[in-house]
Amino acid sequence: MGGPIAGLFRWLNDVHGLNFSVFTDAYDAHRFLIGLRTTIGLSLSCMVFSIILGLLGAWLLSGPSRLARAAVRFYVQAFRNTPPLVQLVFFYFAIGSLLSGAREPLIGGYGWAVISFSLLAGAFNVEIFRSGVEAVPPTMVEAAQGLGFSRLQTYRYVLAPLGLRICLPALTNNLVNLVKTTTLAYAIGVPELLYAASQIWSEVLNVREMMYVLLATYIALVAILVWIMERWERALRIPGYTP
Amino acid sequence: MRDVEKSFGAVPVLRGVSLTVHRGETVCIIGPSGSGKSTLLRCINGLVPITAGSITVAGREVNDPKLDPLALRRDVGIVFQQYNLFPHRTALQNIMMAPVHVLGQDRASVETRARALLAKVRLTDKADGFPGELSGGQQQRVAIARALAMNPKVMLFDEVTAALDPETKKEVLVTIQELAGEGMTCILVTHEMGFARRVADQVFFTDGGVLVEEGPPEQVLDAPREARTRDFLDKIL
Repeated sequence: MGGPIAGLFRWLNDVHGLNFSVFTDAYDAHRFLIGLRTTIGLSLSCMVFSIILGLLGAWLLSGPSRLARAAVRFYVQAFRNTPPLVQLVFFYFAIGSLLSGAREPLIGGYGWAVISFSLLAGAFNVEIFRSGVEAVPPTMVEAAQGLGFSRLQTYRYVLAPLGLRICLPALTNNLVNLVKTTTLAYAIGVPELLYAASQIWSEVLNVREMMYVLLATYIALVAILVWIMERWERALRIPGYTP
Repeated sequence: MRDVEKSFGAVPVLRGVSLTVHRGETVCIIGPSGSGKSTLLRCINGLVPITAGSITVAGREVNDPKLDPLALRRDVGIVFQQYNLFPHRTALQNIMMAPVHVLGQDRASVETRARALLAKVRLTDKADGFPGELSGGQQQRVAIARALAMNPKVMLFDEVTAALDPETKKEVLVTIQELAGEGMTCILVTHEMGFARRVADQVFFTDGGVLVEEGPPEQVLDAPREARTRDFLDKIL
């Protein structure tokens, strides 16, 4: 690899014995970028699915069906009260082995990671959205009903937009946790960042250097996420209104 | 409205209220706090289900189990003491939401009507203001326009001036008075005795969940027959 950056890291290796091979070796760089792409893809998919699950769960919790409410509460308890790594391993080995296709498994490691982390973050999102919806003054519901809004319309046009603004900081927290939790997919061999880094350091024997790179990468990823969420929060701010 | 009763748990709030409001009339319901005035109003559009009795609004039985409560509320507009505008939408959007989403009307024609309603309540220049940027009186007039946008047959006003200072009170009362003058059926829960005297066709005095006295304002307010009405009026005037 050429360029001034590769040159700098080559100099670090030659003079100080710090081997940042992801910047100097094309093969390692490639492996690391695949890891980065996998982590980002995994995180984004899980964010989308977990937010959908959260909205759906909060909607059912505010609904009239006792069965639906009990089911949502059971789901939240099940995923909040068990360790995420155990959940992932359970899905991959216990459920995955039941669903084996003819040749290869129906759902691979990446698929199970998406399912497992989405359900986990979704359970927390249910509680987050519920807290937001419940913080909307009941007078808003009365006003919407007085105008003939149905329950779904009240939720969609009044409760969800107002509740979202209230619970956005909590949602940001949960999504940050989700990004970091994706490293658990390492345990079932999904080639995300931690997996890629460990592959590199076990061959190149540069554990400390790869740790620096790994930590810096996560700091950057989470910083970007938080920046986007804060911009969103600012964009949603209502002139003259404090919730 | 016949023999209407309402209890919250074991607490009776309305204990057999019967009253009739004719089309195009403006009536005021007065009475001490906790006498069930606001509950009575919310029974009319089904926001509060009644325990016993019957209410008929524009040919609809409110407590008929087959009634579509949403259809009823399209015919009955309600304005609240605390305005209850949707804070995340502008004044214009607040007025447009229900006709667009509930009635499924065409956005462009709703906007034309919404702007006309804003002009009617003299807030043309506030169309793009958010509720948090408007004064209490302005918010309340937007709330009236929002209810009117559904073309209701009846308008309910629940102490709509109670949270306003005397100056802004007037702009809201003038708006309601104009509405009454145009023949809208208006039912107000209010403490504005001067307004009741000027505008109301009938005044109902409620106390302890029953209708104590009813009649034209000059009779109920100036020459009450019942001791309880006299007591109440003596206290507030």
